[in-house]
This record gives sequence, C-alpha cells and structure tokens, in this order.
Amino acid sequence: MTRIRSGAAVLERGVPGASPARMRPRRVVIGFAIALVLLALSIIASILVGTREIAPGTALAALLSPDRALTDHAVILDLRVPRTVVGLLAGLALGLAGALMQGVTRNPLADPGLLGVNAGASLFVVAGVAWFGVTSSLGYVWFAFVGAAVAATIVYLIGSLGREGATPVKLALAGTALTAAFTSLITIVLLADTQAFDRYRFWAAGSLVARGLDAALPLAPFILVGAVLAIVAARMLNAIALGDDLARGLGQNLVIARIVCAVAIVLLCGSATAMAGPIVFVGLAVPHIARWITGPDYRLIIAFSALFGPTLLVAADVLGRLIAQPGEIEAGLVVAFLGAPVLIILVRRVKLAGL
Amino acid sequence: MTQSATPHTGHDLRAEGLSLGYDQTAIIDDLDLNVVPGALTVIVGANASGKSTLLKGLARLLKPTAGQVTLGGRNIAALPGKKVATVVGLLPQQPIAPDGITVADLVGRGRYPHQGWFRQWSSTDDGIVAGAMAATNTAELATRRLEDLSGGQRQRVWIAMVLAQNPEILLLDEPTTFLDVTHQIEVLDLLLERNRERGTTVVMVLHDLNLAARYADHLVVMRSGRIVANGTPAETLTAEIVRYAFDLEARIVPDPVCGAPMVVPIGRFHGRATDTEGSSDSAVAPATAPHGAAPTGR
Amino acid sequence: MIRPLIDRGAGAAVSVREADAAPLARARLQRSRRERRLVVVLIGALVVVAAFSLAVGAYSLSVPDLLRTLTGQGTQSESFIVFSLRLPRLTLAVLVGVAFALSGALFQTVLRNPLASPDIIGVTGGASAAAVFGMLILGFGAVATSFAAFAGAIVIACAIYLLAWRGGVVGYRFVLIGVGVAFMVQGLLGYLLSRADLNDAQGALLWLVGSVGGARWQDVAVVAAVLLALLPVIRVLGARLRALQLGDDLARSLGVGAERTRLVLLVIAVALAATATAAVGPLAFVAFVSAPIARRALATGGLALIPAALVGALITAVADFTAQHLLPGQLELPAGIITGAIGAPYLLWLLATSNTTGKGA
Repeated sequence: MTRIRSGAAVLERGVPGASPARMRPRRVVIGFAIALVLLALSIIASILVGTREIAPGTALAALLSPDRALTDHAVILDLRVPRTVVGLLAGLALGLAGALMQGVTRNPLADPGLLGVNAGASLFVVAGVAWFGVTSSLGYVWFAFVGAAVAATIVYLIGSLGREGATPVKLALAGTALTAAFTSLITIVLLADTQAFDRYRFWAAGSLVARGLDAALPLAPFILVGAVLAIVAARMLNAIALGDDLARGLGQNLVIARIVCAVAIVLLCGSATAMAGPIVFVGLAVPHIARWITGPDYRLIIAFSALFGPTLLVAADVLGRLIAQPGEIEAGLVVAFLGAPVLIILVRRVKLAGL
Repeated sequence: MTQSATPHTGHDLRAEGLSLGYDQTAIIDDLDLNVVPGALTVIVGANASGKSTLLKGLARLLKPTAGQVTLGGRNIAALPGKKVATVVGLLPQQPIAPDGITVADLVGRGRYPHQGWFRQWSSTDDGIVAGAMAATNTAELATRRLEDLSGGQRQRVWIAMVLAQNPEILLLDEPTTFLDVTHQIEVLDLLLERNRERGTTVVMVLHDLNLAARYADHLVVMRSGRIVANGTPAETLTAEIVRYAFDLEARIVPDPVCGAPMVVPIGRFHGRATDTEGSSDSAVAPATAPHGAAPTGR
Repeated sequence: MIRPLIDRGAGAAVSVREADAAPLARARLQRSRRERRLVVVLIGALVVVAAFSLAVGAYSLSVPDLLRTLTGQGTQSESFIVFSLRLPRLTLAVLVGVAFALSGALFQTVLRNPLASPDIIGVTGGASAAAVFGMLILGFGAVATSFAAFAGAIVIACAIYLLAWRGGVVGYRFVLIGVGVAFMVQGLLGYLLSRADLNDAQGALLWLVGSVGGARWQDVAVVAAVLLALLPVIRVLGARLRALQLGDDLARSLGVGAERTRLVLLVIAVALAATATAAVGPLAFVAFVSAPIARRALATGGLALIPAALVGALITAVADFTAQHLLPGQLELPAGIITGAIGAPYLLWLLATSNTTGKGA
C-alpha cells in the first residue's frame, strides 16, 4: 500500500515488521542489564566493605530492623549508608551533567571541571567558609550552588560572544580561563586563612564522607529536577548534535534547548560539588563510556550516564577504602587517578568526532 | 594544441610497484605510473578510489609500504626534503593558514625550500613572489588578509603560494572542489597556462570528468586503488571504462567547444531506453513523472 | 644519468618579475616595521616597570638616586637594596616571564591549538606534583625541590608525548592526553596536600602559587643560561615553524620534516617551562596568555615570538611589582596570585571582544 502526497519528498509505505528505529540493538540491551548489575554490585560492596568487618546478615538486619545500640548497625547506618547515598546522588548528577555538557557544546572534552563550573562552586564555598564563617552543611551547599551558576553563566556568555557563537573551542577556552582565574582567587583566600585552608584541602579531595547525609538529602530534589530536565533535553541534544543550522531546520529552538541544558547543568553540578567537593572526570568519562555502548543517540546516552555515573563514583569510593587500609583514599582522588588512563585509552583508540 | 610546445628536459616522476596505506588498511597496491613530463595529467576516480593517496605518495608525504616513487631515477624518499621541494610542489585539500595572514606573506612562505642559513630573503625571492602573484592575478590582493577573500580568490592565492615554490612538477589535490564554475575554469586555465608557457608538469586530482577531459593531456582513471586506464582522454573516457570505474552508465559525445570527449551520464530518469517521454526532453520530464503516472517498471 | 637537482631546466613554474618585486619588498618591510614598533613599545613599558620596581619599596629611591646607584655610585645600603634584593628579583621575573611566554607560544603554534599551553596540558602540573612530593614526602630543601620540579616536567612531557604518539603526534590528541594527565596530577597534588601536616601543606601551597620573592643571583644565572642556549635554536627554527603553521601536508611539501621539527620544538618548549617552574613555581597563566595577546596586538598572522616573550616579561614584572605593594605594610603576596587574577580576566575580555574562532594560534 503506497500513499503519495503531491510534493512531499518521500513516499510513505506501510511496512510489515519492525522499522530500524524501533529495533533495539542487542548491544544496548545487554549493556543496560550489565549496567544495572554493576550498579547493584557497587551498592552492595559499598555497604559491606570497610575497615570494620561486618557480615552480610548483620548488614541486612541493620537496614531492615535497625538497632542503634549495636556498633555494627551504627556503622552501617551512620557511615556506610550515607556515603553510598552521597556517592549515588553525586555520581548521578555528575554523569548527567557531563552528558548534557558534551551534548550542548558538541565538545567531547566537556566536563564540569573543564568548563569552570567546579571552580566556581569551589570559590564560593571557600569564600563562604573564610569570610562568612559558614560552617553548617546547608550553608556550604547554597554557596556551591550559586558559585556553579555564576561560573556557568560567565563561561557561556563569554563563549557565545563573537561571530560564531558558542563553538567548542571558545567554550573550553573560556572555561579554562575562568577556572584559572577562580583558582587564583581561591588560593588568595586560602593563603590568608589557615583554618579555611585546612577545611578546604579535605573537601577538595572529593570525599564522600566529609559532608554527610545532612548535606546530601536537601539537595536530592534539585538533582531530581536536574535529572528530569536532562531527560527532556535528550531529544533536543540529538538535534543539536547535527549542527546549529540543521537543528534549526529540524524545528529545534536552540535558545530553549540551551537554557534547559544550562539550568540542568547548574543544578546538577552545583549539588554534586556541594555534596562531595569538586570531583573531576566523572562528567568526562561517563558519557564516553555510555556512547561506546549506545552510539550517538542522546536519549540512550543520558539513560546510561544516569546508571554509570553512580556506579563509577560508588565503586571508586569502595576502591579507596580497599587499597589504603586502615586509612582510605577519597573517591575524588581515586576517580582522578583512574579516569586519566581511561581518557588516554579512549583518545588513542577512538577517532573522537569533532577533533 | 594538445601538448606543450616547449621540449621538456625536466625530471621524471614515477611510481614503481607502489603500495600505500594508513594503519593496517592498504589503499593502493602495487601501482605503476609514469608521470609524463611537461604534460598536464589529471587523476580521476570515484570516491575512495585512492586518488588523493596516490598524489600524496607522489609528493613524498606518505611512506610507501612497498615499492617506491622515483624522481629523476632516484628514490624520492632518499633525497633531502628541501631539494625535492624545489622540484615538486603540492597543494593539499583544505590547507590551513594562521589567522590574520596577508596574501603577500602567505605566498612568500612558498619560498622556504629555496632559503637557508646562508640564503635569506633576497630580491629574487620578491621577484618570484611577484611573478607567482602576477600569474594568478592576485597581485592587487597583496596586502589583503586571506580570511577576508572569497573562495575563488583564496584558492588562487594558495596556488600562488605553490607557484612561489617554483617547482617543475605541480601536484594539486582537488583544487576546484569548493569553487563555483566560473572560478573552476579560472583556476584550470591558470594551471594550463603554466603548463603551456613554462612546460611545468601538472598532476591534479579532479572530480569533474568533463573538465578533466577538456584540460588533460593524459587521464589516469582509478578504481579501488588501481589504475584502470591511462592515456589521452579520447583513449580513456569510453563508456565501458566509465561504467567500470564509476558504476555509471553514460554516453560519450564530443565536447562542442573543444572536441574533447564529454561524458553525458544516464541516470534513472534520463536517457533510458524505456523512457517514453523522449530522451531529448528528459530535462523537463521529471516534473510530471511522480505525480500521476505510475513509475515505469515498478 | 642522474642529473643534479639544482639544475633548473624548463618547467620552473614562474619567471622572476623584477619590476613588481619592489612593492612586495615594501609591504614586507611594513609588516616587520609594525612588529618592530610593537617591540619598542613593549620594551619601553618594561623599562618603566623596571624603574618602578627598582625604585619603589620600603626604602624608596628617587630616579636620580637610582641611576646613581646603578652606575655604582650609591651608598652602601642603596647598593645593597638595589643589587642584592630588587635587581635579582626583577631580572628573574623578566627571565621567567620570557621562558614561560615562549614555552606557551611554541606549544600553541606547534600543536596548532590555543589550549595547548604547558599549564593546561599538565607539564607544569607534573613539575608541581614532583616538587610537592619532594617537599612533603622526601623533605627536600629549596634546591632539591627545583631539581624535582624540572625532572617532573620532563618526565610528564615524555609520558604525554609517548602516549600521544601513534605514527606521529596529532595536535588534538596531545592536548587531550595532556588534559588527562593534568587531571591525574591534580589528584596526586590533592592527595599530598590533604595528607600532610598543616604547616607543611601551607608551605607547599605557597610554592604552588609561584613566587619570585627571595630571588638570588644563582637562580637568575640558571634561567639565563638555559635561555641563552635555547633562544638561538628557536631563531634558527623560525622558518620551519612558519611552514608548520600551514599544516603538516603543506609543510612536508615545502620540505620540512614535520614530525622531527615538532619534536625538537616541543623539547625546547618543555625545557623552558621546566626551568621556569623549577625557579619560581608554576606561575599561573603567563604561558597561556602571552602569545595570544601578542598575536592579537600584531594581527598579521606572523609568529610574533619576540613580542610574546616581551609580553610575558611585562606580565610577570608587573605582577611581581603589584604583589609586593598591594597589601599595606610589609605584607607581600606571591606574584602567581596576581598573574592569575589579572591574566585570566584579560583573556576572557579578549575572547569576548574578538571575532575569531580561536583556532590556529
């Protein structure tokens, strides 16, 4: 059965069987399953692993029928569960933010660190601690929020000026310049205030334990909103990936798309940095790993980033507990060390688009 | 006039058993080619037939995985790079220029192979740059910035730069690809002029078969990394060869302007034996075909 | 018979046009005149800053007194202040400014990427990590720390080059891997800083900011020696660098061994960055901004290496002067704070007001 619309460029055909767009490649399905399994495994590991040996049965009891008098239960509830939750939330936020950044800037290098957002959050946190005497966890996070927003706005405004608008190179340049500027300012504050430096250097290492659940839970709604926006933005990103002209031709309103992404990025990055300090690489690596499995469809990339981000951060935290006993290495540091080789392998093996 | 009037005593460029490839893939395998000195040779072929790769191999830009390229009988890879550059010049596709560079400055960069520690910038260099710009009609653009020029002007400036190298053998990789037809003719006329007046050997890769047939003394047709035909346009542009090299049905007719063979392609809608509208009006037919009549044969 | 290649037979594509040569020569002269004017302006500014740096301070000299002292006729305290305190500091600031600026310019030109400066791609980061490691873990003193910094930069640069090498080094790959390495190095630094004793960590932080204070003539001598050795080499390779700007294919077609030239220039750039970082710590931004500022000021698409070097010297000298006198009383800031705080907004302003895509610096 063929229908011909006069003038329309293409014939519609009733086609028996599935069209290619509806068929999910096996790779994606298998990848999804594996991602879920890995996430579950890392959560379980995060609950069970630590300097104090706790049997799985005890852990289960702690979660289902907690008795705070027992030390084991207390450890599970007050240490392991919070850090797992922080890791999950921050990892989710960073993974999504990275995917959004790479999509909206068409830059495979985009990462909250590279585009200055981390530095903005850090600067405002440091300023808050040193000048406004902020000590409460909640106070921390609001400062980080504002700082991330300010940095993202500046970088985007400056990167968009000029004839071509926000090209990948200009955005990355603006972000790098802003990061360096803010880092200088941070150092000024830290040199002047020893106490602030002392607090900052632990926070800057990217620990999931430093701020605790009181800081994390109030931010969960923001991360949720950011995640929803990310899902909404996914389709827009597919259009943006084709280039501005083609995207407009396909009916995508670029201004709206950029605003949605920017708001989502600020919410996600600000929350993650406030919770866990400036963590690098998750935003950079997770979308690439996702893309390797799913291909260039941003709806899938966003979905996978939402799974891989938490897995990566929680696993890094577990690793940090394992390799430095009886002490531990902060998750942020572990990610930095692991992320670099991953990036290098990526760069060597794959012909990265746009480079 | 089909051959250069000046008897050419220049250097022979040959490929002998040449194999070229990137990473693990072989693009050209065991290829032999004698570049006819003093002639204008055009290499044509479908996409990914290895034309650019061959050109880069001839220009010493790629190391052969097997075989060799010889210049004047000597292996080109064994000769000093600067010396080769005084004889062979290449204009690659989509060259880069630093921001803000002026035309005169860019053309001047072509003098590099002729300069050295003991031979800095001299008036001869200026003279040659002037000559190159005169030959390409870019003299009045000398102080303009490259990025402010139109596509056609820019391409002429790049050609001037390669001319400033003053080579005897000029290699060009798709010098007309992003130009409109006026500027394509302009550039090709310029290159033909170099060949006829100075006896410069020219080898270029072109996409347009008909321009290739018009300007070439020799045509080299490639497919999948091999040469399938090598000779004058009349010898090499036959319907069978076009069909084999390009998967294209075509009729070959003499070009009404200069008599060279002209390739007239036969597509799905034009020129087919089953087309009842008549082949001479096939330019108008498709406007009506999809709208009412059932497509033939479907 | 194999004919000599220099024999120019028929076929040479172009004939010499003597008549039209003159206007071209004039245009070329104008371009170099423009560059010379810029150089003169920069040197003038540098002299002014130098005068201020030498004269102003806790014990200020008037200009005549300064001139007297410089010619050896000052009082003992004046001579001490100028020759043992301020002059070595100023000289070191100028020399490291030149070294950083040239390093940045070479990296950015060779890799054809304005992002590729030694501070972004981890070379100075490697120096910092090695230095901080030496300071905090191995208890190095000042000299040993400098050596560690130098070695760190070299090792990291080699690692990046080898990792990026794959039948040749492509600019973007080098930058990306450098960014990755920079991240890793930052992580190491964070780890070291968070584990150390607070006082030690503060000392390390001070080094990390970059400071010209406490400069001695020995430090100046080392940097001067390295510059003296490397600057002529850069000059000689200038023509090759200009060919490299046109892309690898065209450069090779002009007879330049692209890979080899790139390697030599990168080695020089790394050596410059390593020396400067070893002497004063990783001064933020000087390497990153100097060449872009000079190129925009010149706007002819040339290499602008000398202007870039002077811009670097100027930035560092001004930053050091400001750092010394910004805070009231005897309090001093390290110069690195000022270079960062000033250099970055200026680059942002440049980005905002420029029309280019920012490529091909």
